[in-house]
Amino acid sequence: MNSSIILSIITFVYGLAAFFYIAHWVFRKDVLAKLATWTAFIGVIGNTVGIILRWVESYQLGIGHAPLSNLYESLIFFSWTIVVIYLIIERRHKSRIIGAFTTPLAFLAMAYASMSPNISNQIQPLLPALKSNWLIAHVIACFIGYASFAIAFGISWMYLFKQRDTGGESRLLAHFPKHNILDELNHQLVMFGFLFLTTGIITGAVWANSAWGRYWGWDPKETWSLITWFIYATLLHARLMRGWHGKRIAYLSIIGFAAVLFTYFGVNYLPGLHSYGS
Amino acid sequence: GHEQDMKEKTNILIAEPLQKSNIRFEEFKNIFNFLAPFMDYPNRLWKFFTSIKLSVVLLLLLATTSIIGTLIPQNKSPEQYLSAFGEPLYRILDVFNILDMYHSWWFNLLIILLASNIIVCSINRLSATWKIVFVKIPPFNISRFKKLSNKEEFFDQRTPENLQEIYEPFISKRFGYTRVDQTDKGLRIFAEKWRWTRLGVYTVHLSVLLLLVGALVGSIFGFDGYVNIPEGETVSSIRLRNTGQLQNLDFTVRCDDFNVSFYDSGSPKEFRSKLSVFEAGKPVLQKDIIVNDPLRYKGINFFQSSYGPLPPREVTLNFQSVETGKIYRQNTIIGQEIKLPEGMGKFVVKDYRNPVDFRGQNVGEAFLGTLTPKDGDPVFVLLPAQFPSFDRMRKGSVVISVSGYNQRYYTGLQVTNDPGVWVVYAGFIMIIVGCFITFFMSHQRLCIDVIKKGGKSKVMIAGTANKNKLGMDKKIKTLAQKLVEL
Ligand code: HEM
Repeated sequence: MNSSIILSIITFVYGLAAFFYIAHWVFRKDVLAKLATWTAFIGVIGNTVGIILRWVESYQLGIGHAPLSNLYESLIFFSWTIVVIYLIIERRHKSRIIGAFTTPLAFLAMAYASMSPNISNQIQPLLPALKSNWLIAHVIACFIGYASFAIAFGISWMYLFKQRDTGGESRLLAHFPKHNILDELNHQLVMFGFLFLTTGIITGAVWANSAWGRYWGWDPKETWSLITWFIYATLLHARLMRGWHGKRIAYLSIIGFAAVLFTYFGVNYLPGLHSYGS
Repeated sequence: GHEQDMKEKTNILIAEPLQKSNIRFEEFKNIFNFLAPFMDYPNRLWKFFTSIKLSVVLLLLLATTSIIGTLIPQNKSPEQYLSAFGEPLYRILDVFNILDMYHSWWFNLLIILLASNIIVCSINRLSATWKIVFVKIPPFNISRFKKLSNKEEFFDQRTPENLQEIYEPFISKRFGYTRVDQTDKGLRIFAEKWRWTRLGVYTVHLSVLLLLVGALVGSIFGFDGYVNIPEGETVSSIRLRNTGQLQNLDFTVRCDDFNVSFYDSGSPKEFRSKLSVFEAGKPVLQKDIIVNDPLRYKGINFFQSSYGPLPPREVTLNFQSVETGKIYRQNTIIGQEIKLPEGMGKFVVKDYRNPVDFRGQNVGEAFLGTLTPKDGDPVFVLLPAQFPSFDRMRKGSVVISVSGYNQRYYTGLQVTNDPGVWVVYAGFIMIIVGCFITFFMSHQRLCIDVIKKGGKSKVMIAGTANKNKLGMDKKIKTLAQKLVEL
């Protein structure tokens, strides 16, 4: 059994976990809640095994390198990080409804990695420029950042739904965490993500400096990561302004995650050098 | 929580410095009354730059304008733009510097405004924060703690004195500073930690400035260029990328060897150049460079960036005599004439070309030479490397073919000098550390008020933090729980 097969199976496990979380949110059955958490937990373990196995396989092929070198591998790591961070939040806040808004993202990322015809799941040898520990640090930091922004994105939607239902009539929204908790979680996740995005951009710059002798070159991927950074910096500062709470912060968090997605996928369609997928 | 926080800060932090500067301007106004309308501008300008609204607007402007340069390819030649956009649009884009927007005056202006915003804001607040951070005796205001919503109260069977003995070591283990004040009715324990983290924001903002200063130093005093060095040759200058001019080095660099290796799949595995540095003719440093591992000498860095083939300098040829059928193998240097055995005449390899076209056919790489038979006119000879029997077509008395030759390469090096890079790297480290401090550490203060009630005690515990109030509320809850159980 090789890593690609395990990871394809995990895609379905995450799909199932997402289904249970949503079902629990809608039908509010305790069995579903337990099932959801256990499925997500099993998914994370399988995901971890898949990543480690892939690492081992690359050494068996004689081209050993950390499994963080192409779009497929980064998406796998992205899903892993989303679910791990989510499970920590679930444990701390004892709310499983957040899972209905975040685990689907992990499932979608895995499904895209496993099923898109444009993404190869082959273990490829590293090109000379990619042989750098800075690159590994860069990918890990960026995707931890992206994963927490993804969860903040899910929580922002929850905030906006809850906010519309001023009378508290909707049965579906009744068990959402309170406004201020959602707002605070959003903020915490953005801070956490911002720290890692900052670290990711910096390790990327150090890598570029060791490979090409320049730490910044305004290529589209670099520029888009900076745009993302500016958007989240705006969010962090806007919170200090009077009246900028909740709703507007949620919008900024959603826009920020759109910028993350564009940095990740969209940039490959722009003219430039940094393409990761091709 | 944050709104309140902001109000609190505005009261404590801003009010003081602003009042001071107002007084100074008042005095000026009295003396130069007629200048009053103008004298107010510095004050207003200063206020404009202390606004966090300005930061938000600037950050959003930077985010949105930066998009333009990713949609329109930057720094291409005018011809490319003309064919893509046509004349009128090209003129418009050019006038607004959109074709090199990240170096345009308006983008730089946004960055300067951002920097001014950070500087003015920091100056405006630093002295007040400084006073808070570097107090000798941390002040505590009991009435503030009593009003806190996270306040917890309980009764204990022991006396305040007993409780002090238990609580004090417990609290001082968890907080950096602990103090016990005796009151009429009992005692109060004040504790706090991480007061200094209030300076974290200044670290972040200072590091943003360091990044900008480092980039500026690099662009003024550094250079960025390239050089191609053929294997075995030495260079003493490089070509600058932006101006195309030569930049002399005060040492020389020789490429001793270049190698490229490939994976089975055919994609490149490693580019490796063996470089030697010479000062006044003496070797001082030797290093193999690969991508991601450059040579650094006297602040100048040589990065492996490309390579290419070079015409060989020597070639080994086979000469087959048609008369005797014997094959003679001989090494020749290009341009040097050699004498052939059996009196077959003289031969010189004149040139190497790749690719070579022969009657409309591409024959790949080939050597071009001149054969001078013993008594006869010189004839032109074409020797394609891949077709050893090609020369038979000439039907001469000797058939010449290429036996082998060493492929020579040049190594393409990116050469940079950036005296600002250490400032930038210092900024990198500071911004990560600073973000961690500002986001995840807060100045936490705690008060435990113990009041004597008969032989028992009434205990109140409450705490504040300048950030993450929900986290502090939780912490107070667990602390209260632990105190009850102690
Ligand atoms: C990139 C350019 C930045 C600009 C132009 C900027 C500007 C500002 C300004 C003007 C303020 C208001 C300060 C005041 O009212 O005294 C502020 C506050 C703040 N900034 Fe930034 N900032 C930048 C980057 C950052 C970054 C990257 C962080 C991340 C850690 C950050 C964190 C903060 C925090 C936490 C505050 C609140 C300070 C307080 O409440 O005392 N800033 N910033």
